[in-house]
Amino acid sequence: MAVITPLDEAVAALVGDGDTVALEGFTHLIPFAAAHEIIRQGRRELTLVRMTPDLVFDRMIGAGCARRLVFSWGGNPGVGSLHRFRDAVERDWPHPLELEEHSHAGMANRYVAGASGLPFAVMRGYVGTDLPARTATIRPVRCPFTGEELTAVSALRPDVAIVHAQRADRAGNVQLWGLAGVQKEAVLAAVRSLVTVEEVVDELDPRPGAVVLPSWAVTRVAEAPEGARPSYALGYYDRDNDAYRAWDAISRDRAAFGRWLEREVMGATA
Amino acid sequence: MSPDDRMTVAAARVLRDGAVCFVGIGLPSTAANLARRTHAPDLVLIYEAGAIGAKPTRLPLSIGDGELGETADAVVGVPEIFNYWLQPGRIDVGFLGAAQIDRFANINTTVIGGDYDRPMVRLPGAGGAPEIAASCGEVIVIVRQSPRTFRERVDFVTSVGYGAGRGDRERLGLPGRGPVKVITDLGILEPDPETCELTLTHVHEGIGADAAREATGWPLAVAGDLRVISPPTSPELAALRALTSA
Repeated sequence: MAVITPLDEAVAALVGDGDTVALEGFTHLIPFAAAHEIIRQGRRELTLVRMTPDLVFDRMIGAGCARRLVFSWGGNPGVGSLHRFRDAVERDWPHPLELEEHSHAGMANRYVAGASGLPFAVMRGYVGTDLPARTATIRPVRCPFTGEELTAVSALRPDVAIVHAQRADRAGNVQLWGLAGVQKEAVLAAVRSLVTVEEVVDELDPRPGAVVLPSWAVTRVAEAPEGARPSYALGYYDRDNDAYRAWDAISRDRAAFGRWLEREVMGATA
Repeated sequence: MSPDDRMTVAAARVLRDGAVCFVGIGLPSTAANLARRTHAPDLVLIYEAGAIGAKPTRLPLSIGDGELGETADAVVGVPEIFNYWLQPGRIDVGFLGAAQIDRFANINTTVIGGDYDRPMVRLPGAGGAPEIAASCGEVIVIVRQSPRTFRERVDFVTSVGYGAGRGDRERLGLPGRGPVKVITDLGILEPDPETCELTLTHVHEGIGADAAREATGWPLAVAGDLRVISPPTSPELAALRALTSA
Protein backbone atom coordinates (compact mmCIF):
# COMPACT_ATOMS: atom_id res chain seq x y z
CA MET A 1 0.00 0.00 0.00
CA ALA A 2 1.23 3.48 -0.80
CA VAL A 3 2.23 5.53 2.21
CA ILE A 4 1.02 9.12 2.16
CA THR A 5 3.73 11.41 3.51
CA PRO A 6 4.92 14.99 3.11
CA LEU A 7 6.92 15.56 -0.09
CA ASP A 8 10.28 16.17 1.60
CA GLU A 9 10.02 12.90 3.55
CA ALA A 10 8.98 10.98 0.45
CA VAL A 11 11.91 12.28 -1.60
CA ALA A 12 14.36 11.64 1.26
CA ALA A 13 13.08 8.07 1.57
CA LEU A 14 13.11 7.21 -2.13
CA VAL A 15 15.84 9.15 -3.93
CA GLY A 16 19.52 8.58 -3.11
CA ASP A 17 22.76 9.77 -4.70
CA GLY A 18 23.62 7.77 -7.82
CA ASP A 19 20.07 6.52 -8.38
CA THR A 20 18.39 6.22 -11.75
CA VAL A 21 15.37 8.49 -11.47
CA ALA A 22 12.60 8.81 -14.06
CA LEU A 23 10.31 11.85 -13.91
CA GLU A 24 7.52 11.56 -16.45
CA GLY A 25 4.62 13.66 -17.66
CA PHE A 26 4.47 14.55 -21.36
CA THR A 27 3.94 18.35 -21.26
CA HIS A 28 1.03 17.67 -18.91
CA LEU A 29 1.47 16.87 -15.19
CA ILE A 30 5.25 17.33 -15.04
CA PRO A 31 6.39 16.74 -11.42
CA PHE A 32 8.19 20.05 -10.84
CA ALA A 33 7.62 20.21 -7.08
CA ALA A 34 9.32 16.85 -6.59
CA ALA A 35 12.22 17.88 -8.83
CA HIS A 36 12.72 21.05 -6.83
CA GLU A 37 12.74 19.00 -3.62
CA ILE A 38 15.44 16.71 -5.08
CA ILE A 39 17.50 19.83 -5.87
CA ARG A 40 16.98 21.16 -2.33
CA GLN A 41 18.08 17.87 -0.83
CA GLY A 42 21.32 18.15 -2.81
CA ARG A 43 21.14 14.80 -4.60
CA ARG A 44 24.14 14.13 -6.88
CA GLU A 45 25.31 11.71 -9.59
CA LEU A 46 21.77 10.88 -10.67
CA THR A 47 20.91 9.21 -13.95
CA LEU A 48 17.91 11.26 -15.03
CA VAL A 49 15.39 9.55 -17.32
CA ARG A 50 12.68 11.40 -19.18
CA MET A 51 11.42 11.52 -22.77
CA THR A 52 11.33 15.32 -22.85
CA PRO A 53 13.81 16.79 -20.35
CA ASP A 54 11.89 20.09 -20.47
CA LEU A 55 12.50 22.85 -17.91
CA VAL A 56 12.30 20.32 -15.11
CA PHE A 57 15.56 18.57 -16.06
CA ASP A 58 17.16 21.80 -17.27
CA ARG A 59 16.91 22.94 -13.65
CA MET A 60 18.19 19.67 -12.19
CA ILE A 61 21.11 19.56 -14.65
CA GLY A 62 22.01 23.21 -13.95
CA ALA A 63 21.79 22.57 -10.22
CA GLY A 64 24.37 19.77 -10.55
CA CYS A 65 22.14 16.77 -9.75
CA ALA A 66 22.86 14.79 -12.91
CA ARG A 67 25.70 12.62 -14.14
CA ARG A 68 23.81 11.04 -17.03
CA LEU A 69 20.69 11.81 -19.06
CA VAL A 70 18.47 9.27 -20.82
CA PHE A 71 16.09 11.12 -23.14
CA SER A 72 14.53 11.58 -26.57
CA TRP A 73 13.83 15.31 -27.10
CA GLY A 74 15.62 18.04 -25.13
CA GLY A 75 14.15 21.39 -26.13
CA ASN A 76 11.89 24.08 -24.70
CA PRO A 77 8.76 23.33 -26.76
CA GLY A 78 7.84 26.16 -29.12
CA VAL A 79 10.51 28.39 -27.55
CA GLY A 80 13.98 26.99 -28.35
CA SER A 81 16.90 25.46 -26.51
CA LEU A 82 17.28 24.13 -23.01
CA HIS A 83 20.32 26.23 -22.13
CA ARG A 84 21.41 24.40 -18.96
CA PHE A 85 21.29 21.10 -20.87
CA ARG A 86 23.29 22.63 -23.72
CA ASP A 87 25.82 24.20 -21.36
CA ALA A 88 26.41 20.80 -19.75
CA VAL A 89 26.84 18.98 -23.10
CA GLU A 90 28.76 21.70 -24.94
CA ARG A 91 30.90 23.07 -22.07
CA ASP A 92 30.72 20.55 -19.19
CA TRP A 93 29.03 23.06 -16.86
CA PRO A 94 28.50 22.52 -13.98
CA HIS A 95 30.08 19.16 -14.86
CA PRO A 96 30.06 16.70 -17.78
CA LEU A 97 26.78 15.05 -18.71
CA GLU A 98 26.72 11.61 -20.34
CA LEU A 99 23.90 11.07 -22.82
CA GLU A 100 21.86 8.01 -23.71
CA GLU A 101 19.77 9.20 -26.58
CA HIS A 102 16.68 7.65 -28.14
CA SER A 103 13.62 8.55 -30.17
CA HIS A 104 10.22 9.00 -28.51
CA ALA A 105 9.03 5.66 -29.91
CA GLY A 106 12.12 3.99 -28.50
CA MET A 107 11.75 5.52 -25.03
CA ALA A 108 8.03 4.69 -24.90
CA ASN A 109 8.78 1.08 -25.83
CA ARG A 110 11.57 0.87 -23.25
CA TYR A 111 9.10 1.85 -20.53
CA VAL A 112 6.56 -0.67 -21.83
CA ALA A 113 9.20 -3.41 -21.66
CA GLY A 114 10.12 -2.38 -18.11
CA ALA A 115 6.49 -2.32 -17.02
CA SER A 116 5.95 -5.71 -18.67
CA GLY A 117 8.87 -7.37 -16.92
CA LEU A 118 10.65 -8.00 -20.23
CA PRO A 119 14.33 -7.33 -20.95
CA PHE A 120 13.65 -5.49 -24.20
CA ALA A 121 10.97 -4.28 -26.57
CA VAL A 122 10.72 -4.88 -30.32
CA MET A 123 9.85 -2.11 -32.72
CA ARG A 124 10.41 -0.76 -36.20
CA GLY A 125 12.68 2.20 -35.79
CA TYR A 126 16.07 3.89 -35.93
CA VAL A 127 17.03 2.07 -39.16
CA GLY A 128 19.34 4.16 -41.32
CA THR A 129 19.85 6.83 -38.65
CA ASP A 130 23.09 7.58 -36.79
CA LEU A 131 21.48 6.86 -33.41
CA PRO A 132 22.26 3.12 -33.08
CA ALA A 133 25.98 3.86 -33.47
CA ARG A 134 25.80 6.21 -30.47
CA THR A 135 23.38 4.38 -28.21
CA ALA A 136 24.24 0.92 -26.91
CA THR A 137 20.64 0.21 -25.86
CA ILE A 138 19.51 0.03 -29.53
CA ARG A 139 20.30 -3.26 -31.32
CA PRO A 140 19.00 -5.16 -34.33
CA VAL A 141 16.98 -8.30 -33.58
CA ARG A 142 15.64 -11.00 -35.90
CA CYS A 143 12.03 -12.14 -35.73
CA PRO A 144 12.04 -15.89 -34.87
CA PHE A 145 8.89 -16.44 -36.96
CA THR A 146 9.47 -14.46 -40.15
CA GLY A 147 13.20 -13.81 -40.10
CA GLU A 148 12.57 -10.10 -40.50
CA GLU A 149 15.17 -7.81 -38.96
CA LEU A 150 13.66 -5.43 -36.44
CA THR A 151 14.99 -3.13 -33.72
CA ALA A 152 15.30 -4.05 -30.05
CA VAL A 153 15.56 -1.44 -27.31
CA SER A 154 16.50 -2.48 -23.79
CA ALA A 155 13.96 -2.13 -20.98
CA LEU A 156 14.00 0.86 -18.65
CA ARG A 157 13.98 -0.20 -15.03
CA PRO A 158 14.52 2.99 -12.98
CA ASP A 159 15.27 2.85 -9.26
CA VAL A 160 12.54 5.44 -8.78
CA ALA A 161 9.77 6.84 -10.97
CA ILE A 162 8.13 10.10 -10.02
CA VAL A 163 4.91 11.35 -11.61
CA HIS A 164 2.29 13.95 -10.76
CA ALA A 165 -1.46 13.26 -10.80
CA GLN A 166 -4.63 15.18 -10.09
CA ARG A 167 -5.81 13.21 -7.07
CA ALA A 168 -5.38 10.35 -4.66
CA ASP A 169 -7.76 9.00 -2.06
CA ARG A 170 -6.77 8.49 1.58
CA ALA A 171 -5.77 4.90 0.87
CA GLY A 172 -3.26 6.12 -1.72
CA ASN A 173 -5.11 5.09 -4.88
CA VAL A 174 -4.10 7.54 -7.62
CA GLN A 175 -6.25 8.98 -10.40
CA LEU A 176 -5.00 11.03 -13.34
CA TRP A 177 -6.72 12.11 -16.54
CA GLY A 178 -6.11 14.05 -19.73
CA LEU A 179 -2.94 13.44 -21.76
CA ALA A 180 -1.36 10.60 -19.79
CA GLY A 181 1.98 10.24 -21.58
CA VAL A 182 4.02 7.31 -20.23
CA GLN A 183 3.27 7.87 -16.54
CA LYS A 184 1.64 4.51 -15.89
CA GLU A 185 4.43 2.67 -17.71
CA ALA A 186 7.11 4.61 -15.81
CA VAL A 187 5.58 3.80 -12.41
CA LEU A 188 5.15 0.12 -13.27
CA ALA A 189 8.68 -0.12 -14.73
CA ALA A 190 10.34 1.32 -11.63
CA VAL A 191 11.50 -0.42 -8.46
CA ARG A 192 10.05 2.37 -6.28
CA SER A 193 7.58 5.13 -7.11
CA LEU A 194 6.39 8.47 -5.86
CA VAL A 195 3.20 10.12 -7.05
CA THR A 196 2.64 13.75 -6.11
CA VAL A 197 -0.98 14.89 -6.31
CA GLU A 198 -2.91 18.13 -6.44
CA GLU A 199 -5.08 16.93 -3.59
CA VAL A 200 -5.94 13.97 -1.42
CA VAL A 201 -9.71 13.43 -1.38
CA ASP A 202 -12.14 11.16 0.46
CA GLU A 203 -13.42 9.51 -2.69
CA LEU A 204 -12.28 9.26 -6.32
CA ASP A 205 -15.38 9.83 -8.44
CA PRO A 206 -15.03 8.30 -11.90
CA ARG A 207 -13.57 10.40 -14.70
CA PRO A 208 -13.79 9.46 -18.41
CA GLY A 209 -10.55 7.97 -19.63
CA ALA A 210 -8.81 8.25 -16.27
CA VAL A 211 -5.74 6.23 -15.46
CA VAL A 212 -5.95 4.66 -12.01
CA LEU A 213 -2.87 3.43 -10.21
CA PRO A 214 -3.96 1.20 -7.34
CA SER A 215 -2.41 2.01 -4.01
CA TRP A 216 -0.54 -1.28 -3.85
CA ALA A 217 1.33 -0.44 -7.09
CA VAL A 218 2.71 2.84 -5.72
CA THR A 219 5.35 3.30 -2.99
CA ARG A 220 4.57 6.80 -1.76
CA VAL A 221 2.00 9.51 -2.38
CA ALA A 222 2.64 13.13 -1.40
CA GLU A 223 0.30 16.07 -1.64
CA ALA A 224 1.84 18.87 -3.73
CA PRO A 225 -0.78 21.45 -4.73
CA GLU A 226 0.25 23.19 -7.95
CA GLY A 227 3.10 20.72 -8.01
CA ALA A 228 3.16 20.58 -11.81
CA ARG A 229 3.58 24.34 -12.40
CA PRO A 230 4.62 25.78 -14.84
CA SER A 231 3.27 22.75 -16.73
CA TYR A 232 -0.40 22.09 -16.18
CA ALA A 233 -2.88 19.86 -14.43
CA LEU A 234 -6.10 19.38 -16.40
CA GLY A 235 -9.05 20.47 -14.29
CA TYR A 236 -6.83 22.50 -11.92
CA TYR A 237 -4.70 25.02 -13.84
CA ASP A 238 -3.45 25.81 -17.35
CA ARG A 239 0.07 25.61 -18.71
CA ASP A 240 2.00 28.79 -17.88
CA ASN A 241 3.31 29.45 -21.38
CA ASP A 242 4.76 32.81 -20.26
CA ALA A 243 6.94 31.01 -17.72
CA TYR A 244 8.20 28.69 -20.46
CA ARG A 245 9.07 31.72 -22.61
CA ALA A 246 10.68 33.54 -19.66
CA TRP A 247 12.86 30.51 -18.91
CA ASP A 248 14.85 31.19 -22.09
CA ALA A 249 16.44 34.36 -20.67
CA ILE A 250 16.78 33.04 -17.11
CA SER A 251 18.50 29.83 -18.19
CA ARG A 252 20.74 31.37 -20.87
CA ASP A 253 23.05 32.91 -18.28
CA ARG A 254 24.75 30.88 -15.51
CA ALA A 255 24.58 33.71 -12.96
CA ALA A 256 20.94 34.53 -13.72
CA PHE A 257 20.10 30.84 -13.41
CA GLY A 258 21.97 30.67 -10.07
CA ARG A 259 20.03 33.63 -8.69
CA TRP A 260 16.75 32.14 -9.90
CA LEU A 261 17.59 28.77 -8.32
CA GLU A 262 18.52 30.38 -5.01
CA ARG A 263 15.35 32.45 -4.91
CA GLU A 264 12.73 30.07 -6.33
CA VAL A 265 13.99 26.64 -5.25
CA MET A 266 16.57 26.77 -2.47
CA GLY A 267 14.70 29.53 -0.62
CA ALA A 268 11.38 27.67 -0.80
CA THR A 269 10.09 24.66 1.09
CA ALA A 270 8.22 21.59 -0.01
CA MET B 1 3.25 39.28 -45.63
CA SER B 2 6.46 37.62 -44.44
CA PRO B 3 8.47 34.84 -46.16
CA ASP B 4 7.30 32.56 -43.33
CA ASP B 5 3.68 33.35 -44.21
CA ARG B 6 4.23 32.27 -47.81
CA MET B 7 5.97 29.12 -46.68
CA THR B 8 3.20 28.27 -44.22
CA VAL B 9 0.45 28.83 -46.78
CA ALA B 10 2.29 26.75 -49.39
CA ALA B 11 2.65 23.94 -46.85
CA ALA B 12 -1.01 24.11 -45.84
CA ARG B 13 -2.11 23.80 -49.48
CA VAL B 14 -0.43 20.45 -50.02
CA LEU B 15 -2.47 18.78 -47.26
CA ARG B 16 -5.52 17.18 -48.81
CA ASP B 17 -8.84 17.18 -46.99
CA GLY B 18 -9.50 14.02 -45.02
CA ALA B 19 -5.84 13.06 -44.71
CA VAL B 20 -4.50 11.87 -41.38
CA CYS B 21 -1.54 14.02 -40.43
CA PHE B 22 1.11 13.60 -37.71
CA VAL B 23 1.97 17.13 -36.64
CA GLY B 24 5.11 18.50 -35.03
CA ILE B 25 5.14 21.72 -33.06
CA GLY B 26 6.03 25.09 -34.66
CA LEU B 27 5.63 25.74 -38.40
CA PRO B 28 4.20 22.26 -39.16
CA SER B 29 1.48 22.79 -36.56
CA THR B 30 0.69 26.25 -37.93
CA ALA B 31 0.44 24.94 -41.50
CA ALA B 32 -1.69 21.93 -40.57
CA ASN B 33 -4.10 24.06 -38.56
CA LEU B 34 -4.28 26.59 -41.40
CA ALA B 35 -5.21 23.78 -43.80
CA ARG B 36 -7.95 22.65 -41.43
CA ARG B 37 -9.37 26.18 -41.37
CA THR B 38 -9.27 26.68 -45.13
CA HIS B 39 -9.58 23.91 -47.71
CA ALA B 40 -9.26 20.83 -45.47
CA PRO B 41 -11.80 20.98 -42.62
CA ASP B 42 -11.70 17.19 -42.24
CA LEU B 43 -7.92 16.94 -41.88
CA VAL B 44 -7.20 14.68 -38.91
CA LEU B 45 -4.43 16.08 -36.68
CA ILE B 46 -2.42 13.70 -34.53
CA TYR B 47 -0.06 15.05 -31.90
CA GLU B 48 2.49 12.73 -30.33
CA ALA B 49 1.48 13.59 -26.76
CA GLY B 50 -1.56 11.37 -27.34
CA ALA B 51 -4.18 13.55 -29.07
CA ILE B 52 -5.91 11.91 -32.05
CA GLY B 53 -8.12 14.22 -34.08
CA ALA B 54 -7.22 17.39 -32.19
CA LYS B 55 -9.17 20.52 -33.16
CA PRO B 56 -7.41 23.38 -31.39
CA THR B 57 -8.96 26.85 -31.66
CA ARG B 58 -5.66 28.53 -30.93
CA LEU B 59 -2.16 27.40 -31.84
CA PRO B 60 -0.59 25.28 -29.13
CA LEU B 61 2.85 26.40 -27.90
CA SER B 62 3.69 22.86 -26.96
CA ILE B 63 2.87 19.44 -28.35
CA GLY B 64 0.87 18.56 -25.25
CA ASP B 65 -1.09 21.71 -24.48
CA GLY B 66 -4.39 21.04 -22.71
CA GLU B 67 -6.41 22.27 -25.68
CA LEU B 68 -5.14 19.40 -27.82
CA GLY B 69 -6.39 16.73 -25.46
CA GLU B 70 -9.66 18.50 -24.70
CA THR B 71 -10.61 18.88 -28.38
CA ALA B 72 -9.42 15.45 -29.54
CA ASP B 73 -11.57 12.56 -30.80
CA ALA B 74 -9.48 10.25 -28.65
CA VAL B 75 -6.73 10.63 -26.09
CA VAL B 76 -4.26 7.76 -25.84
CA GLY B 77 -0.92 7.10 -24.16
CA VAL B 78 2.38 7.82 -25.87
CA PRO B 79 3.30 4.14 -26.45
CA GLU B 80 -0.04 3.68 -28.21
CA ILE B 81 0.45 6.69 -30.48
CA PHE B 82 3.71 5.25 -31.78
CA ASN B 83 2.94 1.52 -31.67
CA TYR B 84 -0.72 1.30 -32.71
CA TRP B 85 -1.15 4.39 -34.86
CA LEU B 86 2.17 5.37 -36.45
CA GLN B 87 4.10 2.09 -36.77
CA PRO B 88 1.51 0.03 -38.77
CA GLY B 89 1.13 2.80 -41.38
CA ARG B 90 -2.21 4.33 -40.34
CA ILE B 91 -0.95 7.89 -40.80
CA ASP B 92 -0.91 9.44 -44.27
CA VAL B 93 1.32 12.45 -43.82
CA GLY B 94 4.14 13.28 -41.45
CA PHE B 95 5.08 16.91 -41.15
CA LEU B 96 8.64 17.63 -40.01
CA GLY B 97 11.03 20.53 -39.48
CA ALA B 98 14.83 20.34 -39.72
CA ALA B 99 17.97 22.06 -38.46
CA GLN B 100 19.93 20.61 -41.39
CA ILE B 101 18.75 18.77 -44.50
CA ASP B 102 20.87 17.22 -47.27
CA ARG B 103 20.35 16.68 -50.99
CA PHE B 104 18.60 13.37 -50.34
CA ALA B 105 16.35 14.93 -47.70
CA ASN B 106 18.00 13.29 -44.71
CA ILE B 107 17.34 15.39 -41.61
CA ASN B 108 19.51 16.40 -38.66
CA THR B 109 18.01 17.65 -35.41
CA THR B 110 20.70 16.24 -33.10
CA VAL B 111 24.10 17.98 -33.17
CA ILE B 112 25.95 20.53 -35.31
CA GLY B 113 29.72 20.78 -35.59
CA GLY B 114 32.42 19.21 -33.43
CA ASP B 115 31.69 15.59 -32.66
CA TYR B 116 28.74 13.88 -31.06
CA ASP B 117 30.20 13.96 -27.56
CA ARG B 118 31.37 17.56 -27.79
CA PRO B 119 29.23 19.30 -30.41
CA MET B 120 29.38 23.00 -31.29
CA VAL B 121 25.60 23.09 -30.95
CA ARG B 122 23.56 20.53 -29.12
CA LEU B 123 20.08 20.44 -30.72
CA PRO B 124 17.01 18.91 -29.03
CA GLY B 125 17.37 15.50 -30.70
CA ALA B 126 15.05 13.03 -32.34
CA GLY B 127 11.67 13.24 -30.63
CA GLY B 128 9.15 11.43 -32.79
CA ALA B 129 10.86 12.27 -36.08
CA PRO B 130 12.82 9.10 -36.99
CA GLU B 131 9.75 6.88 -36.90
CA ILE B 132 7.51 9.55 -38.47
CA ALA B 133 10.01 9.79 -41.35
CA ALA B 134 10.08 5.99 -41.65
CA SER B 135 6.43 5.02 -41.27
CA CYS B 136 4.11 7.81 -42.44
CA GLY B 137 2.69 7.30 -45.94
CA GLU B 138 4.63 10.36 -47.00
CA VAL B 139 6.57 13.18 -45.37
CA ILE B 140 6.48 16.92 -45.88
CA VAL B 141 9.36 18.99 -44.57
CA ILE B 142 8.98 22.67 -43.80
CA VAL B 143 12.21 24.58 -43.26
CA ARG B 144 13.74 28.00 -44.02
CA GLN B 145 16.27 27.70 -46.83
CA SER B 146 19.88 28.80 -46.21
CA PRO B 147 23.37 27.40 -46.83
CA ARG B 148 23.65 26.73 -43.09
CA THR B 149 20.58 24.51 -43.21
CA PHE B 150 20.79 22.98 -46.72
CA ARG B 151 24.00 20.97 -46.46
CA GLU B 152 25.75 18.61 -48.87
CA ARG B 153 25.91 16.21 -45.91
CA VAL B 154 24.14 16.58 -42.61
CA ASP B 155 26.32 16.38 -39.47
CA PHE B 156 24.08 13.64 -38.02
CA VAL B 157 21.30 11.59 -39.61
CA THR B 158 18.43 11.84 -37.13
CA SER B 159 15.69 10.96 -39.63
CA VAL B 160 16.13 9.25 -42.97
CA GLY B 161 14.92 10.81 -46.22
CA TYR B 162 16.34 8.88 -49.18
CA GLY B 163 19.62 7.81 -47.55
CA ALA B 164 22.33 7.87 -50.23
CA GLY B 165 19.79 7.94 -53.05
CA ARG B 166 17.30 5.84 -54.97
CA GLY B 167 16.55 2.39 -53.57
CA ASP B 168 17.92 3.10 -50.11
CA ARG B 169 14.54 3.31 -48.40
CA GLU B 170 13.56 -0.08 -49.81
CA ARG B 171 16.95 -1.54 -48.85
CA LEU B 172 16.53 -0.22 -45.28
CA GLY B 173 12.97 -1.53 -45.12
CA LEU B 174 11.38 1.86 -44.48
CA PRO B 175 7.66 1.44 -45.28
CA GLY B 176 6.67 5.04 -46.16
CA ARG B 177 7.48 6.86 -49.40
CA GLY B 178 9.68 9.41 -47.64
CA PRO B 179 9.81 13.20 -48.11
CA VAL B 180 7.72 14.14 -51.14
CA LYS B 181 8.03 17.90 -50.68
CA VAL B 182 10.42 20.23 -48.90
CA ILE B 183 8.66 23.56 -48.53
CA THR B 184 10.80 26.60 -47.85
CA ASP B 185 10.58 30.38 -47.73
CA LEU B 186 11.98 30.39 -51.30
CA GLY B 187 10.01 27.62 -52.96
CA ILE B 188 9.36 23.88 -53.07
CA LEU B 189 11.88 21.09 -53.61
CA GLU B 190 10.80 17.60 -54.66
CA PRO B 191 12.79 14.40 -55.08
CA ASP B 192 13.80 13.63 -58.65
CA PRO B 193 11.79 10.56 -59.76
CA GLU B 194 14.96 8.82 -60.98
CA THR B 195 17.64 9.80 -58.45
CA CYS B 196 15.63 11.03 -55.42
CA GLU B 197 17.86 14.14 -55.33
CA LEU B 198 15.98 17.20 -54.13
CA THR B 199 15.13 19.40 -57.10
CA LEU B 200 13.69 22.90 -57.06
CA THR B 201 10.28 22.62 -58.73
CA HIS B 202 8.50 25.75 -57.52
CA VAL B 203 9.46 29.23 -56.37
CA HIS B 204 7.46 31.84 -54.55
CA GLU B 205 6.49 34.91 -56.57
CA GLY B 206 9.46 37.23 -57.05
CA ILE B 207 12.07 34.57 -56.17
CA GLY B 208 14.47 33.39 -58.88
CA ALA B 209 16.21 30.04 -59.18
CA ASP B 210 19.53 31.77 -58.45
CA ALA B 211 18.32 32.90 -55.02
CA ALA B 212 17.47 29.29 -54.22
CA ARG B 213 20.85 28.08 -55.55
CA GLU B 214 22.67 30.59 -53.34
CA ALA B 215 20.71 29.40 -50.33
CA THR B 216 21.69 25.77 -50.92
CA GLY B 217 24.94 24.12 -49.81
CA TRP B 218 25.18 21.83 -52.86
CA PRO B 219 24.77 22.45 -56.61
CA LEU B 220 20.99 22.64 -56.64
CA ALA B 221 19.13 20.91 -59.46
CA VAL B 222 16.34 23.03 -60.94
CA ALA B 223 13.36 21.61 -62.81
CA GLY B 224 13.08 22.53 -66.48
CA ASP B 225 9.50 23.65 -65.96
CA LEU B 226 10.08 25.68 -62.79
CA ARG B 227 6.70 26.99 -61.66
CA VAL B 228 5.68 29.99 -59.58
CA ILE B 229 3.55 29.40 -56.49
CA SER B 230 0.47 31.57 -56.57
CA PRO B 231 0.66 34.08 -53.74
CA PRO B 232 -1.43 33.60 -50.59
CA THR B 233 -5.03 34.71 -51.05
CA SER B 234 -6.78 37.13 -48.72
CA PRO B 235 -8.86 34.35 -47.12
CA GLU B 236 -5.71 32.31 -46.53
CA LEU B 237 -3.91 35.24 -44.96
CA ALA B 238 -6.94 36.15 -42.86
CA ALA B 239 -7.17 32.57 -41.57
CA LEU B 240 -3.44 32.59 -40.81
CA ARG B 241 -3.73 35.87 -38.91
CA ALA B 242 -6.70 34.58 -36.94
CA LEU B 243 -4.72 31.49 -36.03
CA THR B 244 -1.49 33.20 -34.99
CA SER B 245 -3.12 36.06 -33.10
CA ALA B 246 -5.58 33.90 -31.15
